Amino acid sequence: MSDTTHHIVPYRTYALILLLLLVLTGASVAVTQIELTRWATVVALLIASTKSGIVLAIFMHLKFDQPVYRVMTISVVLLLIVVIVFTFFDYGFR
Amino acid sequence: MSSNTTDNTGYKSYLEEDGGRKGIFKWILSTDHKRIGLLYLYAMMGWFCIGVVLGLLMKLELIAPGKTLMEAQAYNATFTVHGVIMIFLIVIPGLPAVFGNFMLPIQIGAKDVAFPRLNLFSWYIYILGGILVIISLFGNGPPDTGWTFYAPYSFKTGTNMLPAALGAFVLGFSSILTGLNFIVTIHRMRAPGMTWFKMPLFTWTLYGTAWIQLLATPIIGITLLMVAGERILGIGFFDPAKGGDPLLYQHLFWIYSHPAVYIMILPAMGVISEIIPTFAKKTIFGYKAIVLSTLAIAFVGYFVWGHHMYTSGMSGTALWAFSLLTFIVAIPSAIKVFNWISTMHKGSISTEVPFLWAASFIFIFMIGGLTGLVLGSLATNVHVHDTAFVVAHFHFIVFGGVGFAFFGAIHYWFPKMFGRKYDPSWARTGWITFFIGFVTLYGPMFYLGVKGMPRRYYDYLDEFHGPNIISTMGALIMVTGFLIILVNLIKSARHGEKTTEMNPWGGTNLEWQVPTPPPLENFDEIPVIDKAPYKYD
Ligand code: HEM
Ligand SMILES: [Cu+2]
Repeated sequence: MSDTTHHIVPYRTYALILLLLLVLTGASVAVTQIELTRWATVVALLIASTKSGIVLAIFMHLKFDQPVYRVMTISVVLLLIVVIVFTFFDYGFR
Repeated sequence: MSSNTTDNTGYKSYLEEDGGRKGIFKWILSTDHKRIGLLYLYAMMGWFCIGVVLGLLMKLELIAPGKTLMEAQAYNATFTVHGVIMIFLIVIPGLPAVFGNFMLPIQIGAKDVAFPRLNLFSWYIYILGGILVIISLFGNGPPDTGWTFYAPYSFKTGTNMLPAALGAFVLGFSSILTGLNFIVTIHRMRAPGMTWFKMPLFTWTLYGTAWIQLLATPIIGITLLMVAGERILGIGFFDPAKGGDPLLYQHLFWIYSHPAVYIMILPAMGVISEIIPTFAKKTIFGYKAIVLSTLAIAFVGYFVWGHHMYTSGMSGTALWAFSLLTFIVAIPSAIKVFNWISTMHKGSISTEVPFLWAASFIFIFMIGGLTGLVLGSLATNVHVHDTAFVVAHFHFIVFGGVGFAFFGAIHYWFPKMFGRKYDPSWARTGWITFFIGFVTLYGPMFYLGVKGMPRRYYDYLDEFHGPNIISTMGALIMVTGFLIILVNLIKSARHGEKTTEMNPWGGTNLEWQVPTPPPLENFDEIPVIDKAPYKYD
């Protein structure tokens, strides 16, 4: 089966990704200096999601693995989003 | 398939295969999925007996208004510990941990689950969680929050709620790991030819359940940690005085706990879908509809949690949205009922003990489901919320559903698991006594709830006296039935007539094509599956 052939990711890629993650961490600290009012949470969440997306894709090998794992992961994230949206049926309309 | 192949001489059953270990170590060090299933069964039996005693104590307290047996505080502790045991230690692990572990690998033609050691580890975590619950009984007195641990009371009470909540937290890990194990097993270890739509229905429900276990359980974990943070550090997530929101607790709790009720009921529906065709000797009606409704229930079940909070002060928008979704989730449940009934229609039904449990399951489950709709609509909910009506509803569903399916399952698979027969006439007597007791116990509580008797009080107004006496009588009858069933099964497991009959009921799935009791790795040769399940000609 296909999973016996492992994709080897060169160390250089890992190093670059690590760097990118550090830069994004810096960015999420930096944006707190800007007055974003109600968008502050959105921006913080966007940066954090980008970071976890990268970790999932590269470090956790989703990018190289069989598509079924990608489908599973994306569905789980969608589920979480829907649950949060539904919670705001309450908080958004009080 | 010929149904009475008895020729299986010259093999060692999993019960004889001890891995060179002695005594109890044969069990607690074994990674055989069948032995682990039985380990769960024995642990749960012990817990269940404790839970039953606590329930009986509550009913005896309620036999008359005023104090009869215990003070208010003792009553509060009793219903809390009863709820924690029954929910977190019995019905949530319940069918997957016992019968899932035992039957899932056999039903898909595998030698074991994907991660046998992790499987045993899950059992140890389960035991650890149980120990924490026991610890909560000592010290400052047993917890008195109810199994729901609602904030703000849960971080204000002086009782020992922390170990109990921690116990639920730890038990969650056991549940997550079991779910993970089952998902991987089902994806990776099906026998050749066993396509998704040739999978037995019990396995399908375990699959849906496993996803809920995996995805919903972390939420209760985080929530209970937040309560701990609140109690120990006073952080203020749920404390209005610090800008927190107690309703946030209720949201988080039910985001897990409503899907959790589907962790309980889906495998129960799976068991019923196994028993009905076997005893009606008919191909199951609408196999695909049952599979799809299983997945639909698992999915939509995530989005209805708000129906536990109608009276808590949610926004109007949330009220109607959650009510609508609650009505939608009832549809796939009803589809299953229609499928079971259609399967029985014109079948040649034999009313053996497992069938009796399955048929009474359908009856009780329908009452539970229909009263769920009474609770799901906004106007009626305001009237009966937090009354005895709710208690009756979820006992009909959880006890009548999961409990009846559990008893059905054990009477169905008992000969296969133990290689012995039980006494069918005692089993029948136990069933009818239990059934009558059950309806007499919980039936009057619907009436009491509609009349306005609140739940979770040790006392009530005089006008509620009559139905409460009937209800307590029902409890005594039901416990009698339970004891008959229990003694019959324990005696039969130890001294019952031995049997090696492979397929006593004429079932069609793989568990009926392995020797009785099955050998260590179930199959000498992995079978190749070439026909659809539940085929009777
Ligand atoms: C037709 C499907 C169902 C509907 C529409 C339904 C609806 C409801 C509603 C609206 C409540 C909240 C009542 C209140 O507190 O005011 C409730 C409570 C409850 N339901 Fe259901 N339900 C359904 C099926 C189930 C199933 C399948 C289970 C479990 C296997 C279940 C277990 C419970 C439990 C445990 C509670 C009480 C929780 C507590 O407050 O302690 N229900 N149900
Ligand atoms: Cu619910």
